[in-house]
Amino acid sequence: MFSLIRTVWVVLLHAFRRRATIQYPDQKPRMRPRWRGRIVLSRDPDGGERCVACYLCAVACPVGCIALQSNQDETGRRYPEFFRINFSRCIFCGYCEEACPTYAIQLTTDYEMSEYQRQNLVYEKEDLLIDGQGKYPGYNYYRVAGVSIGGKDKGESDEEYPPVDLHTLMP
Amino acid sequence: MAEVIKSLLIIIGLLGVILAMAAGLIWLERRLLALWQDRVGPNRVGPFGLLQILADIIKIVMKEDWIPPFADKPVFVIAPAITVTTMLMSFAIVVFAPGITVVDLGIGVLFFLAMSSLGVYSLVLGGWSSNNKYSLLGGLRAAAQMLSYELFVGLSLMGVVMLAGSFNVWDIVEAQRHLWFCVPQIVGLCIFFIAGLAETHRLPLDLPEADNELVAGYHSEYSGMKFGLFFLGEYIGITLISALITTFFFGGWLGPWLPGIVWFFIKTMAFIVGFIALRASLPRPRYDQLMSFAWKLVLPLALLNLIVTGGILLART
Repeated sequence: MFSLIRTVWVVLLHAFRRRATIQYPDQKPRMRPRWRGRIVLSRDPDGGERCVACYLCAVACPVGCIALQSNQDETGRRYPEFFRINFSRCIFCGYCEEACPTYAIQLTTDYEMSEYQRQNLVYEKEDLLIDGQGKYPGYNYYRVAGVSIGGKDKGESDEEYPPVDLHTLMP
Repeated sequence: MAEVIKSLLIIIGLLGVILAMAAGLIWLERRLLALWQDRVGPNRVGPFGLLQILADIIKIVMKEDWIPPFADKPVFVIAPAITVTTMLMSFAIVVFAPGITVVDLGIGVLFFLAMSSLGVYSLVLGGWSSNNKYSLLGGLRAAAQMLSYELFVGLSLMGVVMLAGSFNVWDIVEAQRHLWFCVPQIVGLCIFFIAGLAETHRLPLDLPEADNELVAGYHSEYSGMKFGLFFLGEYIGITLISALITTFFFGGWLGPWLPGIVWFFIKTMAFIVGFIALRASLPRPRYDQLMSFAWKLVLPLALLNLIVTGGILLART
């Protein structure tokens, strides 16, 4: 009996607590930096696309919402010819970001992506590509990878030794 | 002729006020529950979300009014109307202020008891005609719960009737001019409050509905405005029980400075808020707990209250 009255009293005291509600359109919630929201494709510090069209994100995607086609420019640098994410299917699991070897695809804190038409949720490459570097500033895949592309030969990457001529490796 | 017009005006006015109250209570309850649960509640539509009531009404009227093919159609249709009708009929005897009442019945209390007993049919028939096992279980529970607690509503009021020496609501309120009956009849008040909770099947004692056990109990199969009528009946019931607690135990319209109708309104609202506070805080008892509480604790208490009141009254004369 006493516990019942105490329960009512405790509940009444809750009237003076701080509200847990965030009144959304007027008041925006503070998103944590690791929030898995809208997906973007970032660029390297030199302004080139980071994406090398390796298809790993498309393979990792559990709902298969990423579609892309790889291509190469005249210098041998790979890039996606088109890159399409169907956000009406995307579950924002972040597996694409984990799979990406070049930090190109990243999930951001933006969550306001509602549309009235389902077709508008299909994002093409120009919708996804941002000008900045996203979460990993200063990272340039081609500066650390040992592949040769135009303007950079093997052995010229950061902290990379020049290639060894195998014929000199005599016992 | 003037008499007829006056009572017609009172009836229409009361109907409007009570229905508006019942609709407004939905908003009030949602806001208050939110207040006690650290939320905000409906605050978007209109000032303080007051137009939420209107939005709710529009929504529920626009909904498809579906009768399941397996239901017992005529009974299914009649059932929701019974609860609203009986609850509204009960208001006929309530004296809101001197002169503001529909009928001045000599047996007002008995009329209220009769009407609230009839209200049980709504739940039982609703549960039965739905032809659904959960609805039937809800209807069964409603029958047992409301018949049990009906008894205590009657028994707890008998003390008041003894003290006032009349079944007439007007006389009962007038008898409280010097001392509200909540003091000599504190046991009766507690019993009436609990029994009223069970009669209106409000949340701590909402076993006929028991959403997490019986889907929605007796009104599982109802939709649209038929469900709305059950809903309306529940809220009118809260208003009715609060109004009657005010009348029988807290001196009705009696009070200093303010006009009688304002006092009546304030007291009634206080009890409505009390009902909502109970909903916000107390868990639902098990069904056998409810029944054993009724027959093993409340019944002896009510009878004891009756005997003691009668004894004291006899000793005084």
